[in-house]
Amino acid sequence: MKIKAQVAMVMHLDKCIGCHTCSVTCKNTWTNRPGTEYMWFNNVETRPGTGYPKRWEDTERFKGGWTLKNGKLQLKAGGPISKLMNIFYNPDMATMDDYYEPWTYNYENLINSPKSENLPVARPQSVITGEYIDKPEWGSNWDDDLAGGTEVVSQDPTVEKLQDHISMEYEKTFMMYLPRICEHCLNPSCVASCPSGALYKRDEDGIVLVDQEACRGWRFCMSGCPYHKVYYNWNTHKAEKCNFCYPRTEAGLPTICSETCVGRIRYIGVVLYDADKVKEAASVEDPQDLYESQLSVFQDPFDPEVIKEAKKAGINEEWIESAQKSPIYKMAMEWKIALPLHPEYRTLPMVWYVPPLSPIMNHITNEDELDTDGYIPAIDQMRIPVEYLASIMSADDTEVIRKVLLKLTAMRVHMRGKTVGGIDEFRQSELLKEANTTPEELEDMARLLGVAKYNDRFVIPTGRREMDDNLYYEQGACSLEDLAPPEGMASLIGGNR
Amino acid sequence: MSDIFWWVIFPYASLTIMILGLLYRFAFRQLTWAAPSTEFFEKKWLRFGSPLFHWGIIFAFFGHIMGIVIPMSFYDAIGVSDDLYHMGAVYGGSLAGIVMVAGLIILLIRKIVFDPVRVHATFADFYSVIALLVIAAIGTYITVFGNFTPEEFDYRTAIGPWFRSLFILNPQYELMTNIPFIFKLHTLLAFGLFASIPFTRLIHFYSIPVAYTTRAPQQYRSRAQYKKRSS
Repeated sequence: MKIKAQVAMVMHLDKCIGCHTCSVTCKNTWTNRPGTEYMWFNNVETRPGTGYPKRWEDTERFKGGWTLKNGKLQLKAGGPISKLMNIFYNPDMATMDDYYEPWTYNYENLINSPKSENLPVARPQSVITGEYIDKPEWGSNWDDDLAGGTEVVSQDPTVEKLQDHISMEYEKTFMMYLPRICEHCLNPSCVASCPSGALYKRDEDGIVLVDQEACRGWRFCMSGCPYHKVYYNWNTHKAEKCNFCYPRTEAGLPTICSETCVGRIRYIGVVLYDADKVKEAASVEDPQDLYESQLSVFQDPFDPEVIKEAKKAGINEEWIESAQKSPIYKMAMEWKIALPLHPEYRTLPMVWYVPPLSPIMNHITNEDELDTDGYIPAIDQMRIPVEYLASIMSADDTEVIRKVLLKLTAMRVHMRGKTVGGIDEFRQSELLKEANTTPEELEDMARLLGVAKYNDRFVIPTGRREMDDNLYYEQGACSLEDLAPPEGMASLIGGNR
Repeated sequence: MSDIFWWVIFPYASLTIMILGLLYRFAFRQLTWAAPSTEFFEKKWLRFGSPLFHWGIIFAFFGHIMGIVIPMSFYDAIGVSDDLYHMGAVYGGSLAGIVMVAGLIILLIRKIVFDPVRVHATFADFYSVIALLVIAAIGTYITVFGNFTPEEFDYRTAIGPWFRSLFILNPQYELMTNIPFIFKLHTLLAFGLFASIPFTRLIHFYSIPVAYTTRAPQQYRSRAQYKKRSS
């Protein structure tokens, strides 16, 4: 057993209102420099839709993630030898057309234009070439709120796959929001794709980072990440990606996207996992088993054996305690209401999603007489087809989604019953049995999902910077890892660090 | 006197600038050390231009090793006749040269034609593509139309020994005095290019990621180790 700690996130999609505050604050914090204009470390997609970049889920085209070949786990785009053969031209890489040409507006014209009959306008201007763009045709959220209509929705790879289940007739349309950041996977394919070894997973907290000094701009991470969350900076010719706001999490603060989330949909916490089991878990034959096998790598933070091993691995008391209080452990591992995004990519992603409930399609005619168990068939009549959710969160296993939705429904019925009566009836109900839960658990869930305060939603131990070896030297230095320039030759040849 | 300048001082100065420049850039400008890809902007032309050029230059590189670095006596020892060698050199070299020149022309056109690529191309970028194109074109011309039979001019009797003599610090510049002008031009331009490598994006040639084939797929780094690595 080799215990490692991982900082992870859960997003409760029921509460996402699609306001993009997370994207905007993230952008203002990290990607407002030349070369990063098109990078959205955090973006919110309207589903069904093409996502960002366009059709990123089309793994047949971009060849991201892992695949099983003769029972062995392999990068879908090919191993090191084939990468080196393709190093002069990456056939799988997305280009600016798949993202968009970022632009700004010529605001100056509003003030400086001479007197004329018509109102002055601020024309869109490409930030890549400086040329005016007469008609911007695509952007990161061009199809927000289904505004691309059937034309764009039909390009969603998931919709293409599920044509039989999804019809985009007006009465049957559905939508949901899907905020995405880097998954900080347990088995990251971007790391394995990097010829220079510049991408790495941090031992302390599992955050996947790009070493800007080691990156040589070979770009295999861009297509190697099936979530398309590694970006190429055209200005520095290096890769950049979501860094889970590590300067904040090291200080015990949530990421900026979580901090500013209006709907408070995000939860951050620590989970302990067994690094020795990762490869095996990612190599199970049936993609539908990947969800369960991923769950099996996480360790119970209350188990004395696990605690002993964790301490042996250098994980301190504060981190173990945080793992015990972790909202992620509760939601994803204990209650099993949070699911990984696209487990079939075999990267064991660590940003989990509580699937959204949605209105029931058919009218319930006699609502007053509806007994508790009447909610069970309702699960299958929700506006968002279970198949759609299954396709993005459980490798098409609708049973997994049904279970979660049942539990969330049971929670609502129970909490409703507490206020308007019917709680005894609920205790005997088929719904409670089928949801495989207890009223106590449901109340815990309701508390965490509904009313949890800041400190319950974000249980983040600090980065133990006090353990750094040379704090006196660090005094007044840049807090970002090695961003401050080295002080002369001495620091290069081992000197002061 | 001018022979000493061109065939002793100039090559040594070029190599010195290259080595010191590389060391400086590696030590202090690590953040700028990368392959300068513009694939993000344009990939239809790159798909042909880049592999053609790169594979061409790789074969040309090994061709130069075979022709300039490995002495004639070695070929005699393993029983490769002059005719056999020249046949290989002419056919192989011509193919590599033509492929490389074709690739460079595609890349140069691409650099000029596509707005995002052109706007972000620096002087150094144009310089390195054009310099490579000129040098490669001369080299290809020599290979395709040249005559290397011992009766005419065999570079293995002059340029090869001179090149090797540079590295044993005993430069025999007199070997280069009477070679055809076009060979002189090719050689001098190449040394000029070497000197400019640290100031262009050609530096990525020095970071061929061979270690990738042997390393573990997953990389973990702890903050403590990380500091040790980078200090």
